[in-house]
Amino acid sequence: MVVGLIGVLALQGGYQRHADHLDRCGVKWCLVRNAETLARCAALILPGGESTAITRLLQAEKLLEPLRRFTQSHPVMATCAGLIMMARSNDARVESLNALDLDVARNAYGRQIKSFQCSIQIDLGTDSDSFPAVFIRAPQIMQYGPSVTVLAQHQGSPVLVAQGWHLGMTFHPELSDDLRVHRYWLERIAALHDAVVSQKESLCKT
Amino acid sequence: MQSESRNNQKSAYPADTVRGLKIGLAEMLKGGVIMDVTNVEQALIAERAGAVAVMALERIPADIRVEGGVARMSDPELIKAIQDTVSIPVMAKCRIGHFAEAQILQALEVDFIDESEVLTPADDAYHIAKSSFDVPFVCGATNLGEALRRIGEGAAMIRTKGEAGSGNIVEAVRHLRLLNQAMARLHNSDAAEWMTVAKELQAPYELVRYVAEQGHLPVPCFCAGGIATPADAALVRQLGAQAVFVGSGIFKSDDPEARAEAIVVATTHFDDPGQLLRVSRGLQPAMRGLDLQGLEPEQRLASRGW
Repeated sequence: MVVGLIGVLALQGGYQRHADHLDRCGVKWCLVRNAETLARCAALILPGGESTAITRLLQAEKLLEPLRRFTQSHPVMATCAGLIMMARSNDARVESLNALDLDVARNAYGRQIKSFQCSIQIDLGTDSDSFPAVFIRAPQIMQYGPSVTVLAQHQGSPVLVAQGWHLGMTFHPELSDDLRVHRYWLERIAALHDAVVSQKESLCKT
Repeated sequence: MQSESRNNQKSAYPADTVRGLKIGLAEMLKGGVIMDVTNVEQALIAERAGAVAVMALERIPADIRVEGGVARMSDPELIKAIQDTVSIPVMAKCRIGHFAEAQILQALEVDFIDESEVLTPADDAYHIAKSSFDVPFVCGATNLGEALRRIGEGAAMIRTKGEAGSGNIVEAVRHLRLLNQAMARLHNSDAAEWMTVAKELQAPYELVRYVAEQGHLPVPCFCAGGIATPADAALVRQLGAQAVFVGSGIFKSDDPEARAEAIVVATTHFDDPGQLLRVSRGLQPAMRGLDLQGLEPEQRLASRGW
């Protein structure tokens, strides 16, 4: 599987658990804290954490614009606060990257005591199976545009979505031992990579 | 009486799932700064500066130290006002062993409870049975044995105690180094030694075995007690703390907003001296701080807890 170097945005939040999952998937990864490191990455994970704090740190590092440009041309997997950053949020304290055609509400289920775990059914293409989804002070996807594909729902609202190369979710696959969501995203990137290579090859032939 | 209160706290989930949810929130706070605030205005400053959570309390440790008297859980009204103002998690402190204060804080739906030595202990023998709560707890520790006892009771996060309200980092550094050294030694030990280590540390065997096999605590480990500058935050992060609590250091300084932001950036870019230099420049004076050698043993908050 050729996927290139996977970056994990490591300003604040659950970045180490994502890195551990990438390790177990056998791909190369690096922690991203500045634009130079970001420029070396083929794809990026935006982890959970606090979206207000991540916004502030992106501003301090002048990383918002490089990140915005990155999302326009590279695959991103966004979990929880990362999804809030990628979508449009209901909160002026968070500066959005506007990369996903989604409206999300922060802390939609309530405070920590309302955090929960449940089995969700995910259609990952090959099979439909249950996945242990951990929701921590989770956001909720309120609306989405036609370019968004819903891959899993909980109580009638989407919790795992895809748009182009991007994958977004309101739960934390990195907090369970299950690697399937990460693997699914990596396989999508690999397929994309193969498609680009074969396109280039066919262009060379003609 | 206590078994009755325990029954009231029956959770909807199996114990392992609840534990996962508690540690999950602690994971999301990593790399961040948790700031002590005493009112809504300070909470807003903290959130704008990029704090990942606030600790709502009536008096910051430096003032508790000066004013004396019994320090108790804060007025729920104050905590509620802060919860209504900020979108980040709100933590609050209860006294060591005071499970009724903890029940009140859980009913208030605070996101994390700090069973804290900064307040006057309510029980001189026992800490709270934290596993029976749905809200996660953080506890202070000065060494590995104390950390594992608190985790055994159900803490989802450990922080060093340091010496709260002192503006002096020396105790936090000592506690981090002691923890690191003890974990490294245990990680390199032979399985035959673990039971004796558990006996010496006065810690649960299963947790001793976890540290021996993994080389780290089973919950996130943050640093608290004495952080006053961006350099202090970077120092403890480089010594292995995964996030920092800043108590008196921000709002006892002459420029809370700039200092709060600088400490947030320093906590993230802890291993980048160029960034640390940039944010350390031009700040107004830090809190004055205490020389700990002048403190009587009973004035040391870190010695509270058992």
